[in-house]
Amino acid sequence: MRVLYFALLRERVGMAEETVSPPTEVRTVADLVVWLRGRSEQHEAALANAAMVRVAVNQDYAQPSDAVRPGDEIAFFPPVTGG
Amino acid sequence: MTVRVQREDFDTAAELERVAAGQTQIGAVVTFTGLVRDFADARNDTQSDARGVQRMTLEQYPGMTQRQLEAIVAEARRRWPLDDCLVIHRYGELLPGDRIVLVVTASAHRQAAFEASAFLVDWLKTRAPFWKLEEHGGQRRWVEAKASDDEAASRWNR
Repeated sequence: MRVLYFALLRERVGMAEETVSPPTEVRTVADLVVWLRGRSEQHEAALANAAMVRVAVNQDYAQPSDAVRPGDEIAFFPPVTGG
Repeated sequence: MTVRVQREDFDTAAELERVAAGQTQIGAVVTFTGLVRDFADARNDTQSDARGVQRMTLEQYPGMTQRQLEAIVAEARRRWPLDDCLVIHRYGELLPGDRIVLVVTASAHRQAAFEASAFLVDWLKTRAPFWKLEEHGGQRRWVEAKASDDEAASRWNR
């Protein structure tokens, strides 16, 4: 699956995008966050504070319990500040 | 109904002209223009530190931004009898005074146009995937989301 990072989270992780193949027991957004946080200190710094992280699955807002599947586009970003 | 996410500036008068053209059932057109301010919202900073924004970079999520704005416009059309609706949101590097966003709503009567305009702006502030990076005094700072924007948007929950 493709994982994208935006704004402050992109800077913290140190990359805009990565392709990952998590183990099959990673079934939800919440599972994926736990798995990604174990990948590096940078991932941990970016994703540790759940209140500051929004998630989209295939470009729609997602909740922690929502499913993630191989081939999905998963994006992590801070609360938005447009307008 | 038009949604555009673009780097370049827009011509408010020309866009406004296009919205009402040939649609004589329209009795009210409401326009909202968002501009880049030269001061940041005081957060933990002192007032003096919060002034003097020299430049802003607006980052977006290509694809999702367009999709979310279209969903917000569709929701506005479900709630109000709109004859036309236009949202243009810029991204990239912007300077104080630059236009960021244009929202135009058109309806037979003013109440629908006013309410839909406020709804669109409140929702795009809390749902459209844009992030502002401000630069002042050689420092860069990501603008933080404001609880007051969430409160403003929550009045439309029903």
